[in-house]
Parts: sequence; structure tokens; C-alpha cells
Amino acid sequence: MMQRPEDTIPDRGGSNDRTTACPWRASITLAWREILRFLRQGSRVVGAIGQPVIFWIFFSAGFDRNFRLEAGSEGQVASFAEYYFPGTLVLILLFTAIFSTISLIEDRREGFLQSVLVAPLPRWSMVLGKVAGGAVLAVIQGGLFLLLALTLPVEFSFWKLVQIAALMLLASLGLTSLGFTIAWRMESTQGFHAIMTVFLMPLWLLSGAFFPVPALAADSTWLQIGLYGIMQVNPLTYTVAGMHQLLYDGPLSSALDLPPMVFCWWVTIVATVLMFFAACWTATGSSRAGP
Amino acid sequence: MNTTPSAIDIRDLTHRYGRRVALADLTLQIEPGEMFAILGPNGCGKTTLFRLLSTLMRLQSGSVYVLGKQLPQQSDEVRRRIGVVFQSPSLDRKLTVGENLRFQAALYGIRGRALVQRQQELLDHLGLADRIHERTEHLSGGLRRRVELAKGMLHRPSLLLLDEPSTGLDPGARTDLWRYLEWLRDEHQVTVVLTTHLLDEAERADRIAIFSQGRLVALDHPEALKASIGGDSITIRGQDSATLRQAIADRFQVAAKVIDGHVRFEHPDGAQILARVMEAFSDRIQSITLGRPSLEDVFIDKTGHRFWSHGEDDAAT
Repeated sequence: MMQRPEDTIPDRGGSNDRTTACPWRASITLAWREILRFLRQGSRVVGAIGQPVIFWIFFSAGFDRNFRLEAGSEGQVASFAEYYFPGTLVLILLFTAIFSTISLIEDRREGFLQSVLVAPLPRWSMVLGKVAGGAVLAVIQGGLFLLLALTLPVEFSFWKLVQIAALMLLASLGLTSLGFTIAWRMESTQGFHAIMTVFLMPLWLLSGAFFPVPALAADSTWLQIGLYGIMQVNPLTYTVAGMHQLLYDGPLSSALDLPPMVFCWWVTIVATVLMFFAACWTATGSSRAGP
Repeated sequence: MNTTPSAIDIRDLTHRYGRRVALADLTLQIEPGEMFAILGPNGCGKTTLFRLLSTLMRLQSGSVYVLGKQLPQQSDEVRRRIGVVFQSPSLDRKLTVGENLRFQAALYGIRGRALVQRQQELLDHLGLADRIHERTEHLSGGLRRRVELAKGMLHRPSLLLLDEPSTGLDPGARTDLWRYLEWLRDEHQVTVVLTTHLLDEAERADRIAIFSQGRLVALDHPEALKASIGGDSITIRGQDSATLRQAIADRFQVAAKVIDGHVRFEHPDGAQILARVMEAFSDRIQSITLGRPSLEDVFIDKTGHRFWSHGEDDAAT
């Protein structure tokens, strides 16, 4: 009778001093790797922050005379530069999320992530490391962009900055998780760019970042009703709305008829948690796939 | 009764990609402490087997035990005990040699003095000690492969799996690689399992499993495999191979075959039969070669086609 292998094989060769990796520590290491890599690739800084800043400057100048945002008797309450600032901030978070997850496509097939996939770690640990690294980078870049708010009539306080940083971090974790979920299933970076064009950019565009959620009226067209519906269910709408309220607590926020701040927090938190679980689920299920 | 525990024990393993069978009904045991080569052309199923053993893919059917732990139920236990060296680079090119090793160590919970000691040992042995602060993107292919080996051995695995480890290496680097693998086997009793499509490389292994189109076609020691051929191999290029094959088979009572347009057969006394064939059919022969039995001859004998023929599907890696 042949012996069952599990009954007979002895542990050999250094197995006695074998230690178990702490998943949290591994996540921190992987996040640190993201930051190190970023710092060594200067072009990524320009890519993630450059384009949104250029958009903000050009669009602000271009739309300045045509943009009307009125609140009752107060008349015009904000310039386009003010209105568009929170949207640009979210766009920077989105771009950083995309750039940090796009590398997954090649990294897991022919790169460092191959080693991570055969290491004795739960998949959530790897996802958390990747996502947290990308999110920290996004918050740092968002913070740099926030310096430009000094040119706007924004009153900063310590508590306000803490809340803005927290909302940026939450949104970045959610967006990086979303990028992770998409990139993990992709065969090529070209495919990711296609998704970015038809899904991620419209996701941002229909979040109140570029134009306010349209108010419904009796003569609204089906297209406007559809647009309204999409913007209402888009979680990013509530991140942008939250950012508007944190930056401008005066007439601009009231003119936009924004949802309550506490609701914005909750939608952002729930969406981020769901996206993180989606990323973990995607990464775990993939081991059943082919080569 | 077989009481020897296997480092790898595979029973009735079948793996499919859609309707295409990549591995068919494979049963194979690899013994502890041996250097084992999985040999075959592209698309023979060896990379599929590597990915299954390294826990990158889930089993579809059959059973696999690695170091006594069953896949996939004990994947984590297996992962702690195996080292994996991938064919495509798994180094972060933007990081230094030291950073790559430290990040690898974090995945296995190695830190502090243990990390410093192991890192130093490996770098010294692999001749990388003076490269620790160099980014891996600046290293040559041979040095990068050494760093890959260091990564794979950092947690002191009992079994090292390597996928096409010689790919892209110059002859000198290949020799270094094999010297290191032999040292691991001899000094540390590490079981080394590697896939390769290089016939001469496979000959350095203790045992070879030859795969073709997802099937195990031969399994033995290199010398035993070659001895199974039954003599020297004669390969003849002629104008009408089919007719020539028939004529040679009838006249000399040999089992000649036509392989890729060449007439081919084995004979215990190659030199003597070569002279007789030349004498009889000199006007129909363009070239004739005599060779000692090689692993390619074994492959041809078992599969009926040459090692590098269109019979293998590249997509079925």
C-alpha cells in the first residue's frame, strides 16, 4: 500500500525557524513600495497633477464670463474657478488612482506581484497594500493642489483641513480600489485606457465636478431626466458635493442645493468599503482563471 | 510497498483551458532532494504544471501534494515551504537589490537580525554583495537572475520551483546558475524542480519528465532515457523520403520512420549500417548523419515528431 504523502513527509531544510508574515505589516511594506516607485518616476507626478491643473486654469479662464451660479437675491455667488476647484481636486485623485493601478496589468503577469501572489498572505493584504499606497499618493498630490486654493476666497481652519484630508483619503481609497478591480481583469493597458475613456471619465464628469446636477422641471427632456438620475446615483457626486461644502460653507454651497454633509460622508464611506471588497473579491477569484 | 515520501505527488491531474486540454491525466512523483527537469517544447503543458504547483492556478481535477501538503486546501502551508523563480522577471526594477530582498522578506515575515543574516549569506554566495544598493534595472540579465534566486531562497524553502530559469542568460551565466542549483541540492538537500525547453540543460538533471501536447511521454534518468533508444541514430535527407524509407526498411530490416521529411532509424552499430546504406543508396541520398542517442531522439521516439515541430500549440503554455 502506498503511504499518504501528508503522513510521511518530514519538514526539512530550515522549516523550524519558519515565521508567519503579519498581513498588516506586509500591506504597509507594499504601500511603501508604491510610494518609493512613485518618487523614482518623476513623469508620474506630472501626469497625475499636470493635466487637471491645466484643465482648471484653462476652463476657469474660458468659462469665466459664461458661468452663472446665483443664489436668490445675492446674484452671482462664485466664479467658475471656484466652482470647478473641488471637481479638479477629485480629478487629481482619480488620475492618481488610475496611474497607480494601471501597473497591475503587467506587474502581476511579469513583475513583482508574481512573488506576492505565491507568498503565504491573504489576498486582502496585497489589495490593501496596493490601494493604500495609491491613496496616500493621491492625498499628497491633492494636498499640493490644495495650495492653489489660497488664490480663491476660501477660509481654511485646522478642522476644515482635517476633514478635507479625510474625505480625500476616503475617496482615493475607493477610486484606487475601483481602478484595482478594473485593472486586475485587464489583459492590456490599451483595454484599461478604453475603460478609462468610456467609464471613469464619465463617472467624474457626471459627479457635479464640471457642471452642477441639473434641477428637474416640468419641461425637462428625457435626456436631462436620465442625466439627473445618473448623477444622483453616482457615489462620486457626493464626494464632490462634500468637497464643495467643506471648501465653501457660504452662498456657493447653498446655491448648488447640495445633499446634507453627513449624507455625503456616508455615501463616500459605503462606496469605498464596497469598492475595497470588490477589489479583494476580484483578486481572490482570479486564481481560478487560466494563464 | 513504497515508503519513500515524495516532495511532489501528482495523481490523475488534468487541466483544461476551455475545451483545450493543457495537461492530461498526469501522474508523477518527484523525490526529495532531486534535481528534476520538466522538459518539453512550447505549449507542452509544462508552464501550466509550474503554475499549478506554485499555487498560481487552482486544480480542476486530480490530486497534488507538495511537501506533504495538499493543494488547494493547504495552499498557505505549501507557499511557506516552496521558493518560486518565475520565467519573466519578478524584480521591481525601480528598487535596489537590497530593497527587493527586504520587500520579499516582508511577505514571509522575515525581519530583524534573521533578515540581515540571510540577506548577507545569499548575497555573498551569489556574488551580489557589492550590488546591494544598485537598482535592478541597471543589472545585467545574469545578475538579475541571481537576485531572483536570492528572492526565491530568502525564506529557506525545501523545494525550489523554477520556470525556464536559463531564458535570456548567456552561457557563462547559465553555468553559474546550474552550479548554484547543484549546490542547493547537494549542500542543503533542496529539491529543485525546473521547466525547460533546452535539451542540453535537461541532461544535467537527476531525472527528466518529457512532455508533449499535455502528456507525460517519458520519465527517467537522462542516461536511461537515451539507453532506451537502442543504439545510434541515423538521419537521412533524400529526394523521395517515403520510397527511400521503404527501401531501407526492406533491405536492412530496421524500423525506419519519416520525420519532417527525413528518414530516421536507430541501430546498435551506427557506423557499420551507415556505410552499408551509403553503398546501397548513394544516388538517392543528399546527406546522412550519425549521432549518439540524444534526448531529442528520445522525444522523437516517444512522440513521432521532432522536438521543435508545429505539432505543439504555442498558446497552450
